[in-house]
Amino acid sequence: MQWILDHLDDIGYYAVQHAWLAGLPLILGLLIAIPLGWVARLNRGFYTPVVVGTGLLYTIPSLALFILMPLFVGTQILDPFNVVIAMTIYTVALLTRTVADGLAAVPESVVASASAMGLGRFRRLMTVELPLAVPVIAAGMRVAAVSNVSIVSVAALIGVPQLGSLFTDGFYRDFLDPIVAGIIACVLLALAFDIVIVLFARWLTPWRAA
Amino acid sequence: MNEVLAWLTDGANWQGPDGIPVRTYEHLLYTFIALAAASLIAIPLGLWVGHTGRGRFLAVNLTGGLRAIPSLGLLFAAVMVLGGVVHGDAGIFVPAELVLTILAVPPILAGAYAGVEEVDAAARDAARGMGMTGTEVLWQVEVPCALPLISSGLRSAALQVVATATIAASVSLGGLGRFLIDGLGQLDYPQMAGGAVLVALLALIVDLSGAALQRVVVSPGLTGKTGPSFRFRPRRAPVRAT
Repeated sequence: MQWILDHLDDIGYYAVQHAWLAGLPLILGLLIAIPLGWVARLNRGFYTPVVVGTGLLYTIPSLALFILMPLFVGTQILDPFNVVIAMTIYTVALLTRTVADGLAAVPESVVASASAMGLGRFRRLMTVELPLAVPVIAAGMRVAAVSNVSIVSVAALIGVPQLGSLFTDGFYRDFLDPIVAGIIACVLLALAFDIVIVLFARWLTPWRAA
Repeated sequence: MNEVLAWLTDGANWQGPDGIPVRTYEHLLYTFIALAAASLIAIPLGLWVGHTGRGRFLAVNLTGGLRAIPSLGLLFAAVMVLGGVVHGDAGIFVPAELVLTILAVPPILAGAYAGVEEVDAAARDAARGMGMTGTEVLWQVEVPCALPLISSGLRSAALQVVATATIAASVSLGGLGRFLIDGLGQLDYPQMAGGAVLVALLALIVDLSGAALQRVVVSPGLTGKTGPSFRFRPRRAPVRAT
């Protein structure tokens, strides 16, 4: 335990790096998944190819995806950018289905009323359909956030510094304290992401609080 | 890219005790053992939770909470703690297999209890009304109807285990992860990328075989392809922590 107190600086630095590597892809992934999910809903025939296609990306084990990234993006193997792109791919894979299902859950009558009021496709999506899909999308974001925080720690094996570095550090020095500290910090970070998403979703949907 | 192809097509990499076929076999073996052990624990438990509704709170939080624990940390901690107790090669194999099993339990458990829980109440009542006992309702109605979710839980667990078995090479377990970890250690990019391609293919094949198996075992009445009983039910997306 003393080790943890002595190394709060390091743990804090790793936690900030970890938060970036897990959080930024969450936002980028959502921005990509929204149009993809919308396309999946355009036509009955689009749903399966778009959702299954993005879902298949999720089958690639994380270490393999991190290592393959330089082949596709032309980065160096140790570049943290690889991790950001790989995590964005996983987020898109999880959220495309969520966005499509969230949009599908918006009642037909509401969509029809919006159209009858003269809203075009884009405005209807932005001001009516997406806000109503927030609870479903937020649920998907919570799952993706926990998954991202866990997966990012694997990047320690390719030498990208974040909380997972505490695992490799402790293991190679045969010292359990850093590993325990890393696990606790990862769980706390996942919890923090979860709380932020829940609060943000609540702020976006004030009508649900009543 | 060409070097990666050259590594993959080099006959020397396909032979011997550290060749691609042996490593693939090891990887599949680790995966199979973990899935079998986790199923033995999680399927009966999940069916019981779903059928009786007891312990639901615990099951929900256990499956959610375990997901937040980073697999790499769990793996290292298990090898360090158990490595002192179990000696030799088993000192790696036992803790690694234990962690793989622990990680496979939540998705299988969630699939089993959610599957039984979401069975149409009308179907359950009809079975009761026909005079079926609780056990008969479970085995003849609830389990068959729950198969799609049980199977998607198993597929999700399989992906998790294949991915975690890969990183378990860093604690010197065998399997395809060896090529990735050894390649990293030797700064041999073709080897690690070649291994990464193989791991990705293996995961894809495992998932697609799961999908094919699901088509065979799930009653056609539940797939929405026959009759008017079609109900749009989004399949649960797999969630991984590795």
